[in-house]
Amino acid sequence: MEQTDVRERVARLLAEHDPARTDRLAFLRARFDAGLAWVHFPVGLGGLAAPRAHQVLVDEELAAAGAPDNDPRRIGIGLGMAAPTVLRYGTEEQQHRFLRPLWTGEEVWCQLFSEPGAGSDLAALATRAVRDGDGWVVNGQKVWTSSAHTARWAILVARTDPDVPKHAGITYFVCDMTDPGVEVRPLRQITGEAEFNEVFLTDVRIPDTHRLGPVGDGWRVAQTTLNNERVAIGGQAMPREGGMIGVVARTWRDHPELRTPDLHQRLLGSWVDAEVARLTGERLRQQLASGQPGPEGAAMKLSFARLAQELSGLEVELLGEDGLEYDDWSMRRPEIVDFTGREAGYRYLRAKGNSIEGGTSEILRNIIAERVLGLPAEPRGDKDLPWKELPR
Amino acid sequence: MSGEVDLLYSEVEEELRASVRALLARKASAEAVLGRCESAEPYDPALWRALAADLGLAGLAVPEADGGAGAGWREVAVVMEELGRSAAPVPYLGGAVLGTAALLAAGGGGLLPDVAGGRRVAVLAVPLTSGPGAALPATVAADGAGVLRGRVTSVADALVADVLLVPARDADGVAGLYAVAAGDVEIVRRTSLDLTRPVAHVLLDGAHGQLVAAGELAEAAVRRALLVGAGMLASEQLGIAEWCLATTVAYVRERRQFGRAVGSFQALKHRLADLWLEVVGARAAARYAAATLAADDPDAEVAVAVAQAYCGALAVRAAEECIQLHGGIGMTWEHPAHLYLKRAKADQLALGTPGHHRAELGRLVGVHM
Repeated sequence: MEQTDVRERVARLLAEHDPARTDRLAFLRARFDAGLAWVHFPVGLGGLAAPRAHQVLVDEELAAAGAPDNDPRRIGIGLGMAAPTVLRYGTEEQQHRFLRPLWTGEEVWCQLFSEPGAGSDLAALATRAVRDGDGWVVNGQKVWTSSAHTARWAILVARTDPDVPKHAGITYFVCDMTDPGVEVRPLRQITGEAEFNEVFLTDVRIPDTHRLGPVGDGWRVAQTTLNNERVAIGGQAMPREGGMIGVVARTWRDHPELRTPDLHQRLLGSWVDAEVARLTGERLRQQLASGQPGPEGAAMKLSFARLAQELSGLEVELLGEDGLEYDDWSMRRPEIVDFTGREAGYRYLRAKGNSIEGGTSEILRNIIAERVLGLPAEPRGDKDLPWKELPR
Repeated sequence: MSGEVDLLYSEVEEELRASVRALLARKASAEAVLGRCESAEPYDPALWRALAADLGLAGLAVPEADGGAGAGWREVAVVMEELGRSAAPVPYLGGAVLGTAALLAAGGGGLLPDVAGGRRVAVLAVPLTSGPGAALPATVAADGAGVLRGRVTSVADALVADVLLVPARDADGVAGLYAVAAGDVEIVRRTSLDLTRPVAHVLLDGAHGQLVAAGELAEAAVRRALLVGAGMLASEQLGIAEWCLATTVAYVRERRQFGRAVGSFQALKHRLADLWLEVVGARAAARYAAATLAADDPDAEVAVAVAQAYCGALAVRAAEECIQLHGGIGMTWEHPAHLYLKRAKADQLALGTPGHHRAELGRLVGVHM
């Protein structure tokens, strides 16, 4: 699939569905059906089986024509995590059922992975799914679920066999968030708002047709989701001074009266780190585009978290007296999370989550050390024990 | 900016790397480098001939019309990486990088064919600590007939120079860049922190210099050489860091204490993961600097300042981690880790400290005090 073919398809879509006179949803559905949703996906599932690099062209031309987008920030979990997993492990029927409304944003997705007793050690999860006729009955508690209150579907990992070691007894499902056994409670965080939820699952029924991948193979399926999550968190293309460094540099330039030599040195140090992180991301994208994927993806998320924390902390100091204030502690449930949004105090507090969500920085360092550098794993006692015999 | 700049290594660059690495593995083993560094001949002339003349690396950045290979600073950067990995004692930075960049910018002075062919080494006579953006050093005075008096301290690779490219000022303060035969000056070897690239003072007492460039052209040539040198040095620093990381990882996988490989302890794994992360960043920064220098991209100054601010400190950290994580053996003269620490620490001062480059950057991108 050449660039010119892609360009032609964009032109045809725009000719047949003038964005100025087409309903937003109708346009998005037409875009999906034209294979221009995610061009690297297969034909018939919103794509053209084209190189991923062509997507930039599509997005640019459609934006220039004033076409509506699918508001990707509102449906990040669906786009970034559920979709690649459904594509890789879903049946044809599941792919056709889920991917179109996922991409258009008609159906929001959330992720039911972490539990109070299974964070970094996700494979220790205790939510049980028990076979019942042609379906499953699920009981347990999940946590740190963003979008649970707006979601139609969830990707869910649950324990289907407690008698085998923990990684082997997990199965991956798509869970209907409108099931009467699903209860969503907001979980207020240090910023004052509740962008996450606790989700209680009581006798939730899931048909076996909503299982992704084989029974007992959920850990492998989940790896697809988690790898994509890290790419989604750390991997966006950035202009120079994009993200948090841009926010702080702007504050610095706008407020000469706040400058101190110490903050100047630290800001320049972070400016260098931010630019190096940007170049690293750029190099990673070039590697992917030329078909030589590197292990730098995990690196991106680690650098992103460290920089966001350093810079947001620096900005609060830079603001002096204004740094003592906070914009709003009231409890809200935002649909969109913007790390560089709101004011400095919020950004500082929110950035604390960057090194925890989507794999803590400590777990990522283990992954780099073991998978990239080839260092031996820590000796561990839980690998071969049946899950039910693990100390808890 | 980096949108159009290729940050990867081309196939040709990888082939170049492979041939340099193979040569260095044969002729610049750790034992060989260590054995030479306290001798009367700290540089390896046979290795230099093989690199400069046989492989043609001295003239990589020189156009074919001037007897060079017609490649560019991207390729030179790959050589610098490999030289950093081996801490090889050859005058590549002072000659093939700083001297050659100055000659290229100054019009050549008829020296380029010999320099590119590896037949003569022309070293830029500036203190190794000179950073890009600094004023042209004015410690040497020239009279109207090109007779030079003064001194230039701490010059890298001067010990094996055939020609010194000396910046000087005349009685009116006009700058000039002069080529001086090494035999006509006194070169005083200093006992140097960096065992594999010792510095020397160059004393000029009536030596005759051939004027290569005068006035603004001379100033621009030295400025350009320092910018290129700082950019290329980032690749050497990357190579140092890569060697330190790889050597340390190999060691902690083998070394056993408490009944297990010490590399299985998270305290060590996390340190090495962080170091790897920084090496990955250094590679992107050094490649960007090399690519913008090669293309004469207007962003080269920012690129070099970023690469130096980052890679200078990283190479030192990598060498320090290397010694610490090797434990006692890392502290011995016998183990080569100290060669890299000494090179890394001297490199951190070379061509502008990280602090110098951060200040430059602040000026360039408008983050002022």
